[in-house]
Amino acid sequence: MKSLINRRNMYLLFGAAVVAFFYSRDGLVTTSIFSTATSFALPLALAAMVGIMCERTGIVNIGIEGTMLLSAFVAFFVSSLTNNILFGFACAILTGAWIGLLLAVMSVSWSMDQIIAGIIINILATGLTSFFYVQGRTIPGAFPEIAIPLLSRLPFFGQFLFTHGAITYFGILIIITLYFALYHTPWGLRSRAVGEHPSAADTAGVSVKRLRYLNVAIAGAIGGVAGSFLSLELVGSFERGFIAGKGFTALALMIFGRWNPLGAMAAAMFFGLAQAGANQLMIAQTMDIPSQFVGILPYVMTIVILTISAGKVRPPAASGQPYEKGKE
Amino acid sequence: MSALLEVTGLTKTFPGVIACDDISMKVAAGEIVALLGENGAGKSTLLKAVFGLIKPDKGEIKINGIPITFGDTAGIIAQGVGMVHQHFQLVEVMSVTENIILGDEPKRGVFINKKRARDEVLALSQRYGLAVDPDAIVEDLSIGVQQRVEILKALRKEVKLLILDEPTAVLTPMEIDELLEVIRALAKSGVGVVLITHKLREVMAIADRVVVLRAGKVVGTTSPKETDEGQLAQMMVGREVVLRVNRTEASKGAAVLTVKGLQVRDDRKTLTVKGIDFEVHAGEILGIAGVEGNGQRELVEAICGMRHRESGEVIVNGVPTPDLRPYAVHMAGISHIPEDREKHGLIGSYSIADNLILNQFDQSPFAKGWIRNLSQVLKNGVNLVEKFDIRTPSPSNLANSLSGGNKQKVVVARELSQSLEVLIAAQPTRGVDVGSIEFIHNQLIAARDRGSAILLVSAELDEILSLSDRIAVMSNGKIVAIVDSNGADREYIGRLMAGLDK
Repeated sequence: MKSLINRRNMYLLFGAAVVAFFYSRDGLVTTSIFSTATSFALPLALAAMVGIMCERTGIVNIGIEGTMLLSAFVAFFVSSLTNNILFGFACAILTGAWIGLLLAVMSVSWSMDQIIAGIIINILATGLTSFFYVQGRTIPGAFPEIAIPLLSRLPFFGQFLFTHGAITYFGILIIITLYFALYHTPWGLRSRAVGEHPSAADTAGVSVKRLRYLNVAIAGAIGGVAGSFLSLELVGSFERGFIAGKGFTALALMIFGRWNPLGAMAAAMFFGLAQAGANQLMIAQTMDIPSQFVGILPYVMTIVILTISAGKVRPPAASGQPYEKGKE
Repeated sequence: MSALLEVTGLTKTFPGVIACDDISMKVAAGEIVALLGENGAGKSTLLKAVFGLIKPDKGEIKINGIPITFGDTAGIIAQGVGMVHQHFQLVEVMSVTENIILGDEPKRGVFINKKRARDEVLALSQRYGLAVDPDAIVEDLSIGVQQRVEILKALRKEVKLLILDEPTAVLTPMEIDELLEVIRALAKSGVGVVLITHKLREVMAIADRVVVLRAGKVVGTTSPKETDEGQLAQMMVGREVVLRVNRTEASKGAAVLTVKGLQVRDDRKTLTVKGIDFEVHAGEILGIAGVEGNGQRELVEAICGMRHRESGEVIVNGVPTPDLRPYAVHMAGISHIPEDREKHGLIGSYSIADNLILNQFDQSPFAKGWIRNLSQVLKNGVNLVEKFDIRTPSPSNLANSLSGGNKQKVVVARELSQSLEVLIAAQPTRGVDVGSIEFIHNQLIAARDRGSAILLVSAELDEILSLSDRIAVMSNGKIVAIVDSNGADREYIGRLMAGLDK
């Protein structure tokens, strides 16, 4: 048996102690901060999953922002036009997958510079959404909160984890599934091998191209979930510049979480907590913080996170490199 | 006996080069066929075609009588073809087990059955007598063990045909003997083996048949019984090659390079050079023999100012050289043929002419103040290309367009064309074909005879023995002995290298 005393468990223990302390001081506020934090964290975490899935197979995806923007847009307007949010949600996922395929065509088939491919996606998304944007549309209501029977009645955890909309549950499921898939299935082993050393995978009979296409497309679909969470569940509307840098922040979280889905999720949660806590402070007016400071918090934290983790992390070795058969 | 592998009329051209020109060959079960040829003779292309990694323009490849399809690597593996690649195809951050099962993982439901995978690796390692730790992470293993993993990976699928692409290039003499034993045992059990190598001695020792390639063509098929090393070399290069270096007695002068109490740490901050002292005199070659990874790389980098010297001094003509200032060290009179020419020797995207003046770009006549003198650079390029027999249409071509041997000639030409007090030559003939090796060796001897002090670091014991005037054996970060090369005993030095005894 491995010892239970390791760094990760120490962090978990420390975290639990801090939460318990705050909960004992003010249960209601603590619970509500955590619940809000989950909603802040989810789109970031899902966006980070997009990055992880791509980079683990060797594709750098800086088009996450654009993917989310376009799919949030599609989610909202299709829902508005058809009066059916489920249909809008499905279309958003398809949109994400199509953008993923576009990235795959550019970076895998055409061996294009992947940074440029990502920029193209971001510009395309900004352009399309601005062009087709119509003011004053509404949807028949966002995804409602669903309280999971029994579990939602747990103290603290009930509000924190089990009283959310459907997309939140779906998103958490995606993250956990991705974690197990990446580390415990043949697909995961092959994906990681392709991202580290594609010719090693190729000579072992794994099709590098096919796997990269598949993964980048699935990643795009996850980006679609992230985008539609924002427009269909959290906010229930769509504005220009709706994503506000979350797709880029997610890349920092991916690095901080060391390309591990659970790591990135933890980083996103930490982020969400900081944001929710700051909001709480502002509302409660216990401290006089100008709202601008709360607004820049995500960006400051991104810089801090990247500074802390810079140089210590090791990205997938083949990340960003096009693969050509028969060349070393 | 029917042929396991049958290649007929294989032709493959890359832009500007014919890599394979109408190649035909056969390999039968239980047979060891050595494939000999210079760099760029088409060996690697041929093998990649066999493995479905490259699409041939013409010709057919049959395995067990069945033609292969391009791109169907998995299918070719399933037919029993295994390959041990020259550049290991191992994912460094993964475990031995993960590397071996990659592509055909034992499953339990949708998950990998990790226990069964591990057991399978253990069984495989036992069956072939190749000991590995299934849980070790590949990057922590020595090169020899990594190769064992690579071989096990190939053997896992009931191989009928095993292809080894320059398997001994990175191994120590002892590891090479072990590997040859493994190959013999495999052949005995009915596996057909294709062995690609530059090393004629191994070919003579193990092959049943030898196929020699030159410029993409099969120039001859023979067997070790009918030929000798000299003849094989001649077939490969197309002219007579002198395998033994003609070396006259050194006329030793004063000590030019003095290394005193040098201690150096490697990238992982471990002390890998643990206090080294030696002197190299003008007009002599001091060879450093040693199994790779015993501190030679760190020693060379520290001498050249590329790696921090923990303690100790490097003195040229009585003047200490500065730490961590490669250019200042170079100006103090130390030239360097680096071990990794791609990383430290050349800039691939620069022209050959620019690469030939890479460490004198700001000096007369190649520059005047801030302005480069391009016509002088080109003139120098034309001159050196001619003198050092660098095979290229023009010195304005990019260095990347050259083959490995010619790249090395560029580095050697650059360093040897300057006035030379001290030359540090690290693995100067690694991955270089026989013809170029002969040339580089003669250039080193010529430099010595002009009065340069040369420090030669090489993993090839034969190279050390044939070039050096004195031999320092390095083991575990220390120089364990310095012997005169006249009458040096190969066996004895081999044992010292392995750290066995004094």
